[in-house]
Amino acid sequence: MNRENDRKAQEREGRMQNESSNVLNDFQHGDLAAFETIFRLHQRAVYGWLLRIVRNHAAAEDLTVETFWRIHNAHACFDPSQGFEGWARRIATHAALDWLRTRRAECELPADLSAPATTDPAIAAEIRSKVALAFSRLPPKLRIAATLAVIEELPGKEVAEALGVSVAAVKVRVFRALRLLRKDLERQGITP
Amino acid sequence: MNEQDQDRMKKLLQQALPPVAEDAEPTRDLWPAMLRRMDRKQVAKTQLLPVWFDWALLAALVGVAAAFPASVPVLLYYL
Repeated sequence: MNRENDRKAQEREGRMQNESSNVLNDFQHGDLAAFETIFRLHQRAVYGWLLRIVRNHAAAEDLTVETFWRIHNAHACFDPSQGFEGWARRIATHAALDWLRTRRAECELPADLSAPATTDPAIAAEIRSKVALAFSRLPPKLRIAATLAVIEELPGKEVAEALGVSVAAVKVRVFRALRLLRKDLERQGITP
Repeated sequence: MNEQDQDRMKKLLQQALPPVAEDAEPTRDLWPAMLRRMDRKQVAKTQLLPVWFDWALLAALVGVAAAFPASVPVLLYYL
């Protein structure tokens, strides 16, 4: 009985993989229905990734559309054997980077994005906002690396793939980001 | 900056900007916005066509005028 169930599960999985690879192949050939299927399958993941970087709901939604627009335009360059997620993530990261470049440092980054109960109440709100502001002034490349590697605590390899650089380059960017942040805070009279 | 400083900075940063909740999702279906975006670009492309055609025509006229200067009065007559 168990063997029968396993066999059925394997068949189902195989069928799903075939369907998924068919959709990716159709998308590569410019099929709009396949693109819609992919959009609906991955929009949440792409949105989540972008939100992690830009930390702004409205911007993340706009950038999700922008990312899929770029994906749609680049369908012929897509290699189905390499998988969709990593490719989409790289495109999304570049779209976010372009967005960060066009925005001047403002911040007050919104506080309502956080997962619950991770902040230390001992840290004063003023210091937190100064740190956020200093962080928003970092060069976008360093800021993305630090956001993903330090704040979101993603593995270096994942960050490197998304940024299209080596793991060592990610470490260097994080180091430079932290050093610049520290200098900025020291100028504001905060000694970390 | 030594490793201890780095760790302190990381902690400070994490406290100031906590990670985004993993279950975050868009507030609306983004597919209609995607379709609007695709339509807009399509319209923009078709609007660009006459501009491109105008320039090509102008280039052709300049080419003809340069190659056959005698045709300039004829061209001017028809303008």
